[in-house]
Amino acid sequence: MQVTGTVLTTRRVDAYHALTVVAPGIAERFRPGHFVSVSVGGANTAMVTRRAFYVHDVKPEYGGTVELVFSAGGPGTAWLAERRARDTIDLVGPLGRPFPLPRDPVHCVLVGSEYGSAVLFPLADALAERGCRVDFVLGAASADRVFGAMRARRMAERATVTLTTEDGSLGVRGTVSDALPAVVAGTRADVVYACGPMRTLRAVTAVAIEADIPVQVAVEESMACGIGICMTCVLPVIGDDGVTRMTRACAEGPVFRGERVRFEDVGTIPFDALGAPGGGARHVS
Amino acid sequence: MSVDMRTFLGHVELANPITTAAGCAASGRELAQFFDLHRLGALVTRSITMAPRAGRPTPRMAETPAGLLNAVGLQGPGVDAFLERELPWLAQRGIKTIVSIGGGTVAEYAALARRLADAPGVTAVEVNLSCPNIEDRGRVFAREGGAAAEVIASVRSVMRYDVPVIAKLAPDVADIAAVARACVDAGADALSMINNPLGMSIDTVTLKPALAAVTGGLSGPAILPLAVRCVWQVHSALPGTPIIGVGGVMTGADAFQLILAGACAVGVGTALFHDPYACLRIERELEDLLRARGFQRLADAVGLAHRPPGSAARHLHEESSL
Repeated sequence: MQVTGTVLTTRRVDAYHALTVVAPGIAERFRPGHFVSVSVGGANTAMVTRRAFYVHDVKPEYGGTVELVFSAGGPGTAWLAERRARDTIDLVGPLGRPFPLPRDPVHCVLVGSEYGSAVLFPLADALAERGCRVDFVLGAASADRVFGAMRARRMAERATVTLTTEDGSLGVRGTVSDALPAVVAGTRADVVYACGPMRTLRAVTAVAIEADIPVQVAVEESMACGIGICMTCVLPVIGDDGVTRMTRACAEGPVFRGERVRFEDVGTIPFDALGAPGGGARHVS
Repeated sequence: MSVDMRTFLGHVELANPITTAAGCAASGRELAQFFDLHRLGALVTRSITMAPRAGRPTPRMAETPAGLLNAVGLQGPGVDAFLERELPWLAQRGIKTIVSIGGGTVAEYAALARRLADAPGVTAVEVNLSCPNIEDRGRVFAREGGAAAEVIASVRSVMRYDVPVIAKLAPDVADIAAVARACVDAGADALSMINNPLGMSIDTVTLKPALAAVTGGLSGPAILPLAVRCVWQVHSALPGTPIIGVGGVMTGADAFQLILAGACAVGVGTALFHDPYACLRIERELEDLLRARGFQRLADAVGLAHRPPGSAARHLHEESSL
């Protein structure tokens, strides 16, 4: 659904911006893993594509608020970073298919890279409610880009929080996937949930496959619409029938089973994908 | 006073002039989550191809000033899956559906038309002529009247007589009116314009083309003046041919420009990416504009900007006599 949301608060979190918006309809329907899309640039904007963001937090205040976390990298997110309390923004959501949750109280490791960590917190709440043990592995290139370390520490009373930075400025030097095998082994994890750039998800999936446990990944793919009509956010995913299809991250994702995503082929059309050029006869009668 | 928004593509009546643009409504179900598709004048499908198509690699999209470059490459399920799953879903709901088709050879277009000829629920067929012609070194059919006419004639000859055939024209030609005339002479009942002009963008960080396919189709408000010009020129040359004006329509005023240039229907594409409700909003804004200008019927505004200088604003007198 489309909501004109009023900005409640804005804050800086290290290298990132966090925006809390009153959006009752979206907050009410939200499940962990859902995302929202935001129109940027105001009423007569020249920026025609929407920006998609994971939801960091949902609160019941004012009928329901959602919090978005983003990095002001381009003109669209820079505009969004300039919003102040009482400004209004146009949101569509909740979008996508959320994380599947385990029925039993299992051990879960949540892996987040950069601001991809944001999506893990509502998931952690939902898992904790089901009695799951939740351990975190959060990382980034440098200390100021590791998102959510404090909140993870507060949540994980009886569990662990492992932080990694590539420059060694915080926690373990390396990437989240470097630290993950030890955490999976140490916590006897039953499932891994991850969000971050493709290369991180690829490495995390490899670790989970090695440990022979299921892995759910929330992908960050650039989108123009977020609702399944522009066909620009596709990636090669293996279906239940074993056939690889160019699958929309927005409509069929953004959460996929890690082993189903052909990470090494992202950015290409695999020769064996359904409808790949030269794959199969062109049946012109 | 409500404005009579009905319009005709050949003999087919649409309740209002706003359609989706080809390739911007996926299977229809995606937009149905937001609004009742019956409120569209018609839904134009993505371009259906004979075989399933995986499309182009990513990145497929780059935002440009007031526009969007895309190179999706007609990703779609192929005609079999379309007829099995997508068209019946639309037909059962009675949604007016214009089926866009794309092929690599004249024979492929004809084969697609044959498959559609017996399918229930096809309101009209739109022939996407901006596909590379395999038999002509990959140059698109739309680039030249002869190639376009050959496709239109073959589709027209196999389509049922009561299903209009619409030729979708590209703006990347020297004389769009000549291509339009060739299509109409070959049997096109209506024309749709414009398809995306080709564009390109280079990422100054990676120092490489922004799209994996290097070039892509430009859409969005940046191309509205191009669409208005093409509709104007073709309506001047062929005043009796219905035109679906497409290209960068974001508001009712944009749609009104295309109507005044000679379009009797208006396709909305990129605006849907920005606002899922764009079609409904644009229809409402267009109706408000027509009412404010004293029009009782949409049809009275079609091509009105072509009237000779100094001629009276006819519709305003009609309004005052009420």
